[in-house]
Amino acid sequence: MDKIKSLADLQAKKESLLATMAQTNEQDVQIKVAMATCGIAAGAKEVMDTMSDICEAKGVKTNISQTGCMGYCYAEPTVEIKKPGKEPIVFGYVNAAKAKEIVEKYILNDEIIEGVIPQNYQSIDN
Amino acid sequence: MENIKLTIDNKEIEVAAGTTILKAARLHNIEIPTLCYFDLKGMDITNKPGSCRICTVEIEGRKNLAPACITECMPGMIVRTNNIRVLNARRSVLELLLSDHPTDCLICPKSGNCELQALAVRFGIRELPYQGEKSSHKRDKSPAILRDMDKCVMCRRCEMMCNKFQTVGALSAVNRGFNAVVAPAFEDSLSQTACTFCGQCVAVCPVGALSEVNHTASVIRAINDPKKTVVVQTAPAVRVAIGEEFRMKPGTIATGQMSAALRRLGFDYVFDTDWSADLTIMEEGTELLGRLNKYLAGDKEVKMPLLTSCCPAWVKFFEHQFPDLKDIPSTAKSPQQMFGAIAKNYFAQKIGVKREDLIVVSVMPCLAKKYELSRDEFKTDNNPDVDFSITTRELAALIKQANIDFSSLPEEDFDSPLGESTGAGVIFGTTGGVIEAAVRTAYEIHTGKPCPSIDFTELRGLEGIRSATIDFDGLPINIGIAHGLSNARKLLEEIREGKSQFHAIEIMACPGGCINGGGQPLNHGDSRIIQARWEAIYKADKDKPIRKSHENKSVQQLYKEFLGEPCGEKAHHLLHTHYFKRKTEFEVDLDK
Amino acid sequence: MDVNKKQLRIALRNCGFIDPENIDQYIVRDGYMALANVLMQNNPQAAIEVVKKSGLRGRGGGGFPTGLKWELASKNPSDQKYMICNADEGDPGAFMDRSILEGDPHSVIEAMAIGGFCIGATKGLIYIRAEYPLAIKRLEIAIAQAREYGFLGQKILGSDFDFDLELRYGAGAFVCGEETALIHSMEGMRGEPTFKPPFPAQEGYLKKPSNVNNVETFANIPVIFNKGWEWFSSIGTEKSKGTKVFALAGQINNVGLIEVPMGITLREVIFEIGGGIKGGKQFKAVQTGGPSGGCLTEAFLDTPIDYDNLIAAGSMMGSGGMIVMDETSCMPAVARFYLDFTVEESCGKCTPCRIGNKRLCEILDKIIEGKGTMDDLTILKNLSQVIKDTALCGLGQTSPNPILSTIDHFWDEYVAHVTNKKCPAGQCKSMKQYIIDAEQCIGCTACARACPVGAIKGEKKNPHSINQDLCIKCGACYEKCKFNAISII
Repeated sequence: MDKIKSLADLQAKKESLLATMAQTNEQDVQIKVAMATCGIAAGAKEVMDTMSDICEAKGVKTNISQTGCMGYCYAEPTVEIKKPGKEPIVFGYVNAAKAKEIVEKYILNDEIIEGVIPQNYQSIDN
Repeated sequence: MENIKLTIDNKEIEVAAGTTILKAARLHNIEIPTLCYFDLKGMDITNKPGSCRICTVEIEGRKNLAPACITECMPGMIVRTNNIRVLNARRSVLELLLSDHPTDCLICPKSGNCELQALAVRFGIRELPYQGEKSSHKRDKSPAILRDMDKCVMCRRCEMMCNKFQTVGALSAVNRGFNAVVAPAFEDSLSQTACTFCGQCVAVCPVGALSEVNHTASVIRAINDPKKTVVVQTAPAVRVAIGEEFRMKPGTIATGQMSAALRRLGFDYVFDTDWSADLTIMEEGTELLGRLNKYLAGDKEVKMPLLTSCCPAWVKFFEHQFPDLKDIPSTAKSPQQMFGAIAKNYFAQKIGVKREDLIVVSVMPCLAKKYELSRDEFKTDNNPDVDFSITTRELAALIKQANIDFSSLPEEDFDSPLGESTGAGVIFGTTGGVIEAAVRTAYEIHTGKPCPSIDFTELRGLEGIRSATIDFDGLPINIGIAHGLSNARKLLEEIREGKSQFHAIEIMACPGGCINGGGQPLNHGDSRIIQARWEAIYKADKDKPIRKSHENKSVQQLYKEFLGEPCGEKAHHLLHTHYFKRKTEFEVDLDK
Repeated sequence: MDVNKKQLRIALRNCGFIDPENIDQYIVRDGYMALANVLMQNNPQAAIEVVKKSGLRGRGGGGFPTGLKWELASKNPSDQKYMICNADEGDPGAFMDRSILEGDPHSVIEAMAIGGFCIGATKGLIYIRAEYPLAIKRLEIAIAQAREYGFLGQKILGSDFDFDLELRYGAGAFVCGEETALIHSMEGMRGEPTFKPPFPAQEGYLKKPSNVNNVETFANIPVIFNKGWEWFSSIGTEKSKGTKVFALAGQINNVGLIEVPMGITLREVIFEIGGGIKGGKQFKAVQTGGPSGGCLTEAFLDTPIDYDNLIAAGSMMGSGGMIVMDETSCMPAVARFYLDFTVEESCGKCTPCRIGNKRLCEILDKIIEGKGTMDDLTILKNLSQVIKDTALCGLGQTSPNPILSTIDHFWDEYVAHVTNKKCPAGQCKSMKQYIIDAEQCIGCTACARACPVGAIKGEKKNPHSINQDLCIKCGACYEKCKFNAISII
């Protein structure tokens, strides 16, 4: 891509990225898997693969991505699910079985299952 | 530079900005003890890692104690060097050092000369509060140097000498924490490294961790073997230093007492390396003129500049570090080896003794000489030209053991014929001396005229790199001089790059040349001692009736009777050598 | 502030939110805006002023004001300067820097470019432990992306400022987190600290003026510019502004990576964010500052956490390790654990650290083995003080803190070890005794057969006894006895 050459360029880039993001947020389920060393060691790769396989099999439109550490070491692996129009929810202690349960119960049926980690921090955005 | 005022131990003092607390205190007779600190003034040799923490002092307003050796004085600073906090800390640090040190002082090579022992005495240490594990490392014996690293106090002086001053890089700190020690890479033996055996690590070691390989027992055995005839040669720099071992003032010229002592020790012939130094000049001077004439005649093949080759540490250095330049140094053997070759091939015959029954001992200011005599090219049928080399320190020990009162000895001469020498031979003992001796001879041979002055003072001094242009009756000859292998490296790199303007260069490995060699009485960081020896060398030269090597009657006789021409066939066979490309065990040959 | 949300994420703002391998996601969250603004204003002095006013202090442990550090480096003229990131995280149990680099590498890259602009450095170096392969990989990806977008390289964002980054790998030496040792390690020398002055700002990497900051310090920088120094300095205490990331570990329910505003109390961290002590046990102590820090007791639970309060309490902020201990922790053994670490990690340069810490460790061993005396405690205190007073670098100067703080707060426990030969926490094996109650023992011989060293003697069907001199306290007899005849005292 072309280099960003000024503050204005950067702001324009940010705006266009935000617009694209808002669009996908409306259409797809956003899944984030915490994939720092700690998460990977706890089995996050398997969780990510399982999630993507199941969603594909069930025909759920998702956007799965990796993130860094969410900070919940005691509950690794952790996964954040954001369904269109809803607040994101973080699930802890996720393994392959739990991943399947999350897709089948929460993503497909809005059924809240065990293992939800309440957000216990403030971000700089609020 | 501006002065600043501060208070040390309630005393208001004024010092130049930038002065350390240690120096400021010493200027005012407050003697803060040190251990790792080493400063050979005027020689560009300083070691102040600030690591032993013996010189620790209290500075008002600072939360912890400060090392006096590297903390600079600041205006208004209030320093205490002797309150209870400082004394307790200093004593504790010393006790820690002693708790990790063998207590075999009685049989330690540095006993009586050890800086750690002196501190223990000064602090009146009688018992240690700490008992615990002691460091344990394997002992290492090389041809010249013994390493007993259980005694290492990690002052890093040897490392500084080896890396910074000599740029050899054989020694550095390895391992971590309690196991940290100064050693060759992988804690291998020194023999497997690029160590030049210059012995400067031994010369600066405050404790008994580094010492020379001792040959005195072999020498005593040889002297007392009725089948053997034992001759001894003494290097120029020994005579101006050995007196120090007998409480004489540094700079005392003790040539006569030394000859007398050697005779009383039982050597059959007491000869002089100064004699073979004159012989060296005949060969090296002739070689220089030969190359010079070819060069002036436009010969592009001739190797310039000529480099001296008397110093065995320097020889090993270029064999390792500059093998591509190994054709440049003079092929003349060192005076020690020339002496050995003549003693075994000429003198033995002359007195009717078989080669193997003649034992040649050298007394040297040097540790590398121990290594040099072990080189294969200096042996005939496995019999070395020089059998044993002992240091100035070892000779002093022999004299003391034999109940000889050195200072009251009468002054005696060397024996003939290998004992007669000129002033040119004496000055081999200091940096610049070899090349000055060569110039005295080369000038007269080349120009056919006597030197306008015998003293080429422009070649003298103690700066690390010096240069001078000598007018050979209209022909300017550029001379370079370096002592310390870091300085040698600079001149060699110029040669490698084709930028060197010199016709001849003298190189000595040790700071100051042989007067401060690795085998000399320890200077404990006092450069005034080196200065005194340096002055003594030139005084000894001045006192000689003959001061040019080519005027040495005994040397002239040898050529007439035995060798023929300088650089002639016989001389070439006996007095010249060749050099090798050397690698350490871990070096990879990139050419292959 | 929402009372249920004690944490505030500034340095960790993007960790767990964005894909660290996707620069666009960083840009969406105001990434590189701070750099763009600073470059557009083109006033390094003003930018340094912002950092100074924010009150940001070094997060690696020392707490030196970051803006002042930048100012010192900016004032030393040189043809070349270096901006260095210290990512040689080495405290046992600490992983703040790794998480930031794995979760938000661009924030560090952006901050280094800003810092480089401020001090006049065109080169940046990140010294990162080779044991962090994922962090290295993500940094490499991020650096490549930043170059592609023009945030690194020449004429950044259309300005005249050139800046680029290089990674340097550390070989896992704790002492290389000390800035002079770090610089020597990067130069290819032995990783050993040297006396300051000269400070890196005067003579740093390759003898050029250099500035070394920790990963977490850098991660705060872009936010300070984006949200303003006033906002940043409104958080925290008078002398410690902003937040601190801690790696919360030990006997606590919610171990994890947390970021809290300065001034929060230990009680809030341990009992609210951390969810209290595991298994309903009693809180005994909390260790902050890693091997350089100290143990704090219940008395300090309500002390607001900041740089100065922790030092006053005999510990230190350190880089952010926080280990919580319950009633079963033996404090001499805890001190021994940290000393063992320092002994391992000492570079061996100065005497107090090389030999002194070894001796401290040996004396602690004696105490733990039940062979200590009151004299040993006196020596322990004196030697600890001497090491603090005389060691060359921060590692050595702080290494006795675990001993001094446990001696201060748990003196009785030390005395119990040396006078009564008892470990109040019941942890020290050497002080346990297994004894057979003759009343309960029926002489079944099960214990004698299980004893691996033949310490149990007795006739069949008669009470047995344990020879304490032979017993190695393995507990095999205790496990085997079906009649509760063996007890531990």
